[in-house]
Amino acid sequence: MNFWNDPLKIAADWLVSILTGWGMPAVAAGVLVAFLGTLLFISLLMVLDIFLVWLERKVVARFQDRLGPNRVGPFGLIQPFADIIKLMIKEDTTPAGADRVVYNIAPMLSMMSVLILWAIVPLAPVIFGVDLNVGLLYIVAAGAISTLSIIMAGWSSNNKFATIGAFRQVAVMVSFEIPMVAMLLIPTIFARTMGMNGIVQAQNIWYVILSPLGALIFLIAAIAELGRAPFDMAEGESELVSGYNIEYSGMKFGMFYAGELLHALTFGGFLAILFFGGYRFFGLEKVSPFLAVIILLGKALIGYWVIMWVKYTMMRIRIDHMLAFNWKFLTPLSFVLLMVTALMNALLRETSGWLYPISMFLSNVLVAWIALEIARSHSRRERAKVTGVKAVEVAPH
Amino acid sequence: MTASQIIFLLVAIVTLGSALMVVASRNLVHAALWLVSTLFGVAIIYALLNAGFLAVVQVVVYIGAIATLFIFAVMLTRRDQLEGGVQLNSGWWLGALIAVLTFGGLFGMFQSWSGFSKTATDIPSGFDAVGQLGSALTSPVGFVLPFEVASVLLLAALVGAVYIAFNRK
Repeated sequence: MNFWNDPLKIAADWLVSILTGWGMPAVAAGVLVAFLGTLLFISLLMVLDIFLVWLERKVVARFQDRLGPNRVGPFGLIQPFADIIKLMIKEDTTPAGADRVVYNIAPMLSMMSVLILWAIVPLAPVIFGVDLNVGLLYIVAAGAISTLSIIMAGWSSNNKFATIGAFRQVAVMVSFEIPMVAMLLIPTIFARTMGMNGIVQAQNIWYVILSPLGALIFLIAAIAELGRAPFDMAEGESELVSGYNIEYSGMKFGMFYAGELLHALTFGGFLAILFFGGYRFFGLEKVSPFLAVIILLGKALIGYWVIMWVKYTMMRIRIDHMLAFNWKFLTPLSFVLLMVTALMNALLRETSGWLYPISMFLSNVLVAWIALEIARSHSRRERAKVTGVKAVEVAPH
Repeated sequence: MTASQIIFLLVAIVTLGSALMVVASRNLVHAALWLVSTLFGVAIIYALLNAGFLAVVQVVVYIGAIATLFIFAVMLTRRDQLEGGVQLNSGWWLGALIAVLTFGGLFGMFQSWSGFSKTATDIPSGFDAVGQLGSALTSPVGFVLPFEVASVLLLAALVGAVYIAFNRK
């Protein structure tokens, strides 16, 4: 076993051996090395986050037929550093009547809720923080903390818009958590484990082929969880000015903003891990763990690009439409899909060859088609009502 | 003292301290946030006991759902109702007495239990605790009946909530 096959373990063992050589007890050395590893990983993520700001601005510019940052450095690459310097030297304001402690904790919690997600991300077969056997539930738990940070920010700012934003965010998170949890169970059914590494290892066929509808619902629920357009009710620039983070200035706002970008990339990564084979790509991941990390990051960036694509193409949905869409369409659909998947899995688990994936795919298509037909007939009825009213209201010539 | 004992003591102090702040805090939202801290401490204790599943479920259910709804409800109250007022009523000594008696009674009971002073045995590697829990909850010889009764109870509560909120035209 050499460094290139299992870099994390070799590096950790080497550091521990140096520290124990200096006379440090083995337990303390282990704790210190784990702490240093976490610190290094978080620092790398934050550096990646700086470039995500550049990426986001460049991509949104392309969607809007602009060039984006292009003055500072090659391709405007140094622009995010200028942004950070600007954020840091801005005046740090606290609104009058704000709850000072809660107000200051909220941005930290927001960033933390994103960073702790990376503890369970398997970057490569041997590079991961921890392989929790309840990894999927851990994602939901981290989402709970991110909701909490938004409530704290909204309440403590002593601002009507911020509070309304927080209220909306709670409604959205509590509702869209349900289809999300149901869709997290679909990879669990296929892989028969909730551990992230186990799910990636079990994906000889990408789960997006076994359950395309599941991947789509997961993407929708993830966008709602991220609070990005078309579900950015908590911010709603045009109606709530900036929602829950309206009172924050300088680097505290920067924490929310950077947290949101990293959160989007993280969910792109989860989409890749759960439905697109994670770090696996035609056996390339077996060549070197570093190649596996590059594959996963590439897939995560594609997922992130899809989330940006949706954000900059779709208009914001009104909150009652959004909740109705969740409770009347997405939640029943995800439950039906979960039951159908579990049933098909129980029936066909023993079969070999292509029967299992093909029937899984077809059952997904069938469920999606029936759901769309029901939605279509419902919308036809709704439209008939509206046109009936309008016929009366036509002005006389 | 081992490392896990030190961690346990720190977590226990933080948990109990925040639990005290839940009832001592004058601001309702602060009390709810202290409650979140208490529940998080309990989750860490579960994790220390190798019950990772319970720890995560504790965070999902209690912090993600219940504490969020608490804060949501409290935020709807008026701000001038939050401060002021007397925190103790005339029966405070009765509550304190019951708390002390309960603690003493439980402590005395556990003293006579042989498992009280034992250190926990290490779980063998590869032991699938979540899988065991899952099959216990769904097997007929396990806990399938209480599990199903609990789900029917929750369903009844859900139907009741929908019935109350339903707008008859």
